[in-house]
Amino acid sequence: MAQLVETATEALRPVDVDVVTLDLIENALRSARYEMDETLFRTALSPGIREQHDEFPLIADPSGKMIVGQFGLSIPDFLENFHGTIEEGDVLMTSDPYSCGAAISHANDWLVVMPIFYEGRIVGWSSQFGHMTDVGGKTPASMPTDARTIFEEGVVIPPFKLYRRGERDETSLGIILNQVRKPDWNRADLNGLVAACSTAARRVQEMCARFGVDTYTSALNALLDRNYRAMKTLLSVVFEEGKPLSFTDFIDDDGRGFGPYELKMTITRTGDKVLIDLTGSSPQAQGPINYYINENLIRMFFGIYMITVADPQILWNDGFYPLVDVEIPEDTFWKPRYPAALNGRNHGIGRLFDLFGGLLGQANPDLLNGAGFSSSPHFMYSGNYSSGDHKGEWFQLYSIGFGGIPGRPVGDGPDGHSLWPSFTNIPCEYLESYYPLIIERWETIADTGGAGLHRGGNGVDVAYRFLEPGTIAIHDDRWLTYPWGVRGGDPGARGRKWIDKADGTTTVLPSKVHDVAVAPGDVLHFVTWGGGGWGDPLERDPELVAKEVRRGLVTGDGARRYGVVCTADGALDAGATEDLRAQLRGDRKEPLPLFNRGGELADLLANSLAETGLEAPTPPVAML
Amino acid sequence: MAFRLGVDVGGTFTDILLVNEDTGETHRYKTSSTPEDQSLGVLHGIRQVCAAAGIEPSAVRDVLHGTTVATNAILEKKGSRVGLVTTRGFRQVLQIARSFVPGGLAGWIIWPKPEPLADLEDTVEVTERVTTTGSVLTPLDEDDVRRQLGKLRNNGIEALSICLINAYANGDHETRIAEIAAEELPGIPVSRSSVVLPELREYERAITTVANAYVQGQVSGYVRNLDAQMADAGMDARLSILRSDGGLVSGTVAAENPVSLLLSGPAGGVTGAAWAAEQAGYRDFLTFDMGGTSTDVALVQNLQPRIGRETRVGDLTVRATSVDVRTIGAGGGSIAHVPPLTQALRVGPQSAGAAPGPASYGRGGTEPTVTDANVVLGYLPSQLAGGEIGLDAEAASAAVKTIADATGLNEVERAAEGIVHIVNENMFGALKLVSTQQGFDPRDFALVAFGGAGPLHANALGKLTGAWPVIIPPSPGVLSAYGDATTSLRDEAGRTLVRPFSDFADADLVVLLQELAATARETLLAAGLAEDELTVSYSADVRYHGQGFEIPVPIDFSAFAADDGGGFAGLRSAFDAEHERLFSFLLNNEHELVTVRATVNGPHPEVASITLETGGPDPSAAKRTMTSIYVDGNTVEATVYDRDRLLAGNVVPGPAVIAEMDSTTLVLPGHAATVHEHGSLLIRPAEDARPAEDSKE
Repeated sequence: MAQLVETATEALRPVDVDVVTLDLIENALRSARYEMDETLFRTALSPGIREQHDEFPLIADPSGKMIVGQFGLSIPDFLENFHGTIEEGDVLMTSDPYSCGAAISHANDWLVVMPIFYEGRIVGWSSQFGHMTDVGGKTPASMPTDARTIFEEGVVIPPFKLYRRGERDETSLGIILNQVRKPDWNRADLNGLVAACSTAARRVQEMCARFGVDTYTSALNALLDRNYRAMKTLLSVVFEEGKPLSFTDFIDDDGRGFGPYELKMTITRTGDKVLIDLTGSSPQAQGPINYYINENLIRMFFGIYMITVADPQILWNDGFYPLVDVEIPEDTFWKPRYPAALNGRNHGIGRLFDLFGGLLGQANPDLLNGAGFSSSPHFMYSGNYSSGDHKGEWFQLYSIGFGGIPGRPVGDGPDGHSLWPSFTNIPCEYLESYYPLIIERWETIADTGGAGLHRGGNGVDVAYRFLEPGTIAIHDDRWLTYPWGVRGGDPGARGRKWIDKADGTTTVLPSKVHDVAVAPGDVLHFVTWGGGGWGDPLERDPELVAKEVRRGLVTGDGARRYGVVCTADGALDAGATEDLRAQLRGDRKEPLPLFNRGGELADLLANSLAETGLEAPTPPVAML
Repeated sequence: MAFRLGVDVGGTFTDILLVNEDTGETHRYKTSSTPEDQSLGVLHGIRQVCAAAGIEPSAVRDVLHGTTVATNAILEKKGSRVGLVTTRGFRQVLQIARSFVPGGLAGWIIWPKPEPLADLEDTVEVTERVTTTGSVLTPLDEDDVRRQLGKLRNNGIEALSICLINAYANGDHETRIAEIAAEELPGIPVSRSSVVLPELREYERAITTVANAYVQGQVSGYVRNLDAQMADAGMDARLSILRSDGGLVSGTVAAENPVSLLLSGPAGGVTGAAWAAEQAGYRDFLTFDMGGTSTDVALVQNLQPRIGRETRVGDLTVRATSVDVRTIGAGGGSIAHVPPLTQALRVGPQSAGAAPGPASYGRGGTEPTVTDANVVLGYLPSQLAGGEIGLDAEAASAAVKTIADATGLNEVERAAEGIVHIVNENMFGALKLVSTQQGFDPRDFALVAFGGAGPLHANALGKLTGAWPVIIPPSPGVLSAYGDATTSLRDEAGRTLVRPFSDFADADLVVLLQELAATARETLLAAGLAEDELTVSYSADVRYHGQGFEIPVPIDFSAFAADDGGGFAGLRSAFDAEHERLFSFLLNNEHELVTVRATVNGPHPEVASITLETGGPDPSAAKRTMTSIYVDGNTVEATVYDRDRLLAGNVVPGPAVIAEMDSTTLVLPGHAATVHEHGSLLIRPAEDARPAEDSKE
């Protein structure tokens, strides 16, 4: 347990805060949080943070409860696990999920935590973590897809003082940076994280000066309470007392040939509170896909889903946490035993979007979207230049791909977009300027979005032609199970990867693989999955379907899934459309299913090789 | 006698300012805008203002114009049907964009799917490819080009845009396609990305080029109409249009590159503020232009507005140089509401707009707006503005009462004050974006407030930012027209390099800068300016190798010309100083030169300023009446003054309301407004109020 050193000993006094001051402080905190992002984006060097924004900030109250942020992490857990004093000017960091109660969930994420002092006492915490492109270990980008333990995943930094009373610990930092392949990136990105946290600290100190520290801290409590009250109302409206709701989704494989992993979530309301129970999920994975999750993160995800539709301007915070109990069994996918490998947990985080959507959507139709592009699939390419000005120099790319946003109550899902907030793609011209590759194609694939009254977004094909020999790595999923459709909507298409070799042969790649050698002239097709459809496709405006055929987002054949017939140049054939729709309506079973998973799991497994070119995975077994 | 005209066309009003260049005497005219053809309203205004001044329109030598034609085409989605030509494999560059979804973790659930500015139906790809270094990987297939353009012809496109991958490094294929388009699509205007924005990042370049094509038809049609109308009126004046970066260009040049006009309107406000602040003796200030639906803020240092490389209009962001104006969707018409679930008090983003407008306008609006709150508080007495606008105080009170009820604030005045505080806080947030977030302390700046609602909220913003004095310029409602009339012709030329400093000697850059300056000079020389009237300045976008964002840094040409290595050394230390200021750390990485620019300015026009008659500190001669206002939970008596009767040196103690034709200034208790001899009101905390000559430097 951390020992906090404060020179001011007088207790804070709770005061009444009027609604206006409260909203002023809420606004200022929101601005401060976006300022944290901005500071980091502008100073970071790694494309993962600089171009793609793989980072998450937060500002917390004196006890560590998150007041504003977009992704929960747990400062109380961090402090619980930190041994030593914390004084003014100290800045803490860690990258060890097992030493901070899973405040972060793999070793690539470097977490900075900064106490915010005002007149001798801690008035809050600022914190931010960012994904480092490389943290050492056996494979470039430090995410071996076959890892069994965290020891294979590079340098794992226990919680320590990066700054001690304002002085940076250069010795420790030097030891850490000596482990990684691109130390200048890590150094700059870490500088950016610290600068961002300092910015937030300054803003909080300004608020304390402006409103008074008692008013500021009382306002934080009121903001927490605002979330608490809102959630309490919502829970009683949305969930029936005592009636459990369940939903299950899958991660197709673990990188070591086992899968699919079943992720099960059940929610039950009793009185004012709900229990979210992950019992029934698969055991701990053999490979690195385990998602060691913090209970508060489950609460955070749950809360965001619940309130986003009700008051989009609300400032997210931890206030409602007492209303949500979370049960996560030990030795499972969600709570693996040390030293299980964790690097590929991005599939689990992403699948939470779908799990919550499928679960909560059963009670609240506003939240029932199709399955989305619920991942952040990684592509890595690295090697040494073999010729030219840069001969011998090391290059290393880590990038995140995007796919289909699902069909939603509000309308179609955007094509080739990010389900994650703030993420962006790396421009083609940027990649070609900094890496030995040419991008031959960057397009969404027609018909990959699930058909529906509201169409799922299409997945994307990025075709990379390599100019230098090197190795690539891929972290993706949904190659076997489908992104499901809802309320009669069809599932989206699976993701696929293959290499057209320079020698004319084609190699199908598994969705999780590393150290694949590539040669100049080889072309990798990285095809992401589409979003599930929403609602009955036969109800979609046929003119819109025809327009999408002309736009190349749906093919002429694909239009038939909507019961729409088009001429060769994409004009609507209204008569034929009416006939086809009548025929399809007559042939199908009503009512349409709430969820369409594209078939039974057993059939998907049986047809795996024929349909995907990849062997079906072996059912997961518990580790001893 | 020589006359010049400043013309600012806004959404509601067209403001015309006639300046006698010899005496500085001005005449103003405000008329309703004519959205179907803005040139009609402009000519009507010109005729009226000339008649009022007793001169013939033919006596006007220069017409200087800020226009929202391009902006409105975007906001109202009334631009041309644009065809887009891309490299094979990249047809969906606008569809995919940057894959970015705004909002928080579940933001995608409520974000509407955007429609690209050029429809995918009208987007074709051609066989060709160049690399990042500009070498040709696949030659242009001209037969393919003709086939693809044929499709666009059949679709009935009205404008063509071309954006090929890596065209910033080599625009030859784009040039050739434009030549073929002249044959295949005769009469269709063409925008090339290698001309509009020769910078790396394909999506940003494409959207900027498409936006250029999208607004071009409207802008060139407008310029043509305006020229014709002016000719009909017997005018032979030179027409210049204000660009987003605050420089003027000829009407012809403007029509060729209209994407650079998207912020023409706000740029006029900032240059007008610069003119007013200079008159009042201040060179460093924030601008605060609050209108009915939105508010624009910017930072000006040494009379030079900060220039940004991005322009945002509505949901559209393009890469075009502009005054770094930040716009937030909050203004007098912003609606206050209380979401039942959280019971928070929210102001905006919904706006009552011009119709139905605030409840107090009596045009059918019932929702409580910021203006209504100001009426309830007595800040906008119901019979001001010469009786032109009667405000319905009862309707305002009824509307604001809904907020009082929903929040439990009981008194309607408390709710109204809450609404004003929250909207002020939103404004403060915008001012922080351009000041503290860029490393500037607002207390080192003055605050120039204008626009219909700016002077009403200005004193409060001064308290929040600590930016004193708060300057209310003369005629705050037509300040943009002053800006148009008092700025100079400008053009710029740039080149993207993206190479480390070590690739260059100082002398290399000198050659490049001279080339760019020569290019930038061309349009000004063509506009009839003489070589020796032009001044050139240079700037570079620099970053550490590997960073994704650049920082603009001025280039000291003489240091490079000396060719002793001092040029790059100076640039390096200027960049480091800026990086340190913005982010408080430096890196050891090599410096990278991303883009260099030459900016050429014509002479600053000599416009004499107005000078008020001098009076003593006592303002009571201008007093009109007394009124009750509600401040900080108390009702106090405030004096109402007529601004046009105030004299130089008068000190107006708060609480006071200063009324004029198109605006109302609120002076809070504990503050005082000093009348400057050139017409501005300078508001400061009362203990600091002092004669105006004493300026902050």
